Amino acid sequence: MREIHVDDIVSVVERLFIDANIDLPDAMYGAIRDAIERENSPVGKEVLRELLRNADTAREERMPICQDTGLAVTFLEIGQDTHIVGGDLTEAVTEGVRRAYRKGYLRKSCCHPFTRKNTGDNTPPIVHTKIVPGEGLRITVLPKGGGSENYGEVRMLMPAQGKEGVKAFVLEMVRKGGPNPCPPITVGVGIGGNFETSALLSKEALMVPVGKRSDDEELAAMERELLEEINATGIGPQGYGGTVTALDVHIRMAPCHLASLPVAVNIQCHAHRIREALL
Amino acid sequence: MKTDLRRITTPLADDVAGSLKAGEKVLLSGFIYTARDAAHKRFIETLDAGGEMPFDIKGQVIYYCGPAPAPPGKVIGSCGPTTSSRMDVYAPRLVSLGLKGMIGKGKRSEGVKGALKEFRGVYFGATGGAGALLARTVVAAKVIAYEDLGPEAVVRLEVRDMPLFVINDVHGNDLYEEGMKSYRK
Repeated sequence: MREIHVDDIVSVVERLFIDANIDLPDAMYGAIRDAIERENSPVGKEVLRELLRNADTAREERMPICQDTGLAVTFLEIGQDTHIVGGDLTEAVTEGVRRAYRKGYLRKSCCHPFTRKNTGDNTPPIVHTKIVPGEGLRITVLPKGGGSENYGEVRMLMPAQGKEGVKAFVLEMVRKGGPNPCPPITVGVGIGGNFETSALLSKEALMVPVGKRSDDEELAAMERELLEEINATGIGPQGYGGTVTALDVHIRMAPCHLASLPVAVNIQCHAHRIREALL
Repeated sequence: MKTDLRRITTPLADDVAGSLKAGEKVLLSGFIYTARDAAHKRFIETLDAGGEMPFDIKGQVIYYCGPAPAPPGKVIGSCGPTTSSRMDVYAPRLVSLGLKGMIGKGKRSEGVKGALKEFRGVYFGATGGAGALLARTVVAAKVIAYEDLGPEAVVRLEVRDMPLFVINDVHGNDLYEEGMKSYRK
């Protein structure tokens, strides 16, 4: 049985959130750079160039890519033969977040839903845990800004609406968001499961690397079709008009109830910040 | 920064505001004021109670922004725009009192667009999520009101060559509508 001390979890979570917020993943940087050529609008091209200059500046100055350093979404994949020692796992993640947002000069964006009073340290984080075979702990962090998260939705479709209904829903959400979620966006789609599973699947879909198609051929084709249709809306970079509205679309699917067709759409901005570590 | 772009300064003169065209990129210099949801709510409550704005807004520009904390040795942290639509209920009143410009991201309501046309104001877009790049254009920052609001306090920023796109001009043009129409397939 492998033992992992909570102190190690605290320091890894701290490092991951700081790095994620400052250093845009190379794959995303490359995707934005490649999009400049595909973008037909001169204004759109200029916006994409600004995004690359911004990512360079953030790295050089060790400053967050975006001032909205998000809620601290954390995924834990815990090997079932692992024993967490020295304290409470959730508290360890919370402490890591607390330290990251203080030491990294990240904005604290977590507040009471009604009074809007800030919790002061960007906690509590949003922690998702999954028990998996084997040993070890994989920690993935996804600081998620409010502007893009506001354009997500779960909808229970009629089963008869099928694939075309799902696609229409995704396009409706992209059009509704328009410039607000900071395009070029990445779209995560969760299909099936039940109400909450579809939402979680849509978030997990956002964690698929840009450019990677689903292993399921039908879903891969749907991802390609949706990407093309989203880019035909004309919304473009920052919504100023153009041919690059989304950088990618990822779909995750699970079986659902005979009576249901749950679908969730989760939108991510161009500052798609993600980091992971394996302990 | 490229020099072929047009440079404008605050306070925004009426003829300068009137000459800006939707879709144009400009570099803004001078003083601007940050304010978002909570500060706007307080502006309006103050005005309703017969009080005065914490700064004279005539000819001025408000930036919808809640910056990240300034790291040691820096003037300000990352400071990109927030979504403007949340301020739509408050903005027409401020524009009618002489506010000349707003900087943010995302579409505005018909009420705001109408006020911009009527009172000759301009809505600018700063690139959302380009907070580090925008922070580089800030040369000084000072909290001038509502310090208790934390990241939502009103901060007077001195900016130099802040890159902006004109979204809504005084003639009623809208970059979001026209841009999208041009590239829709």
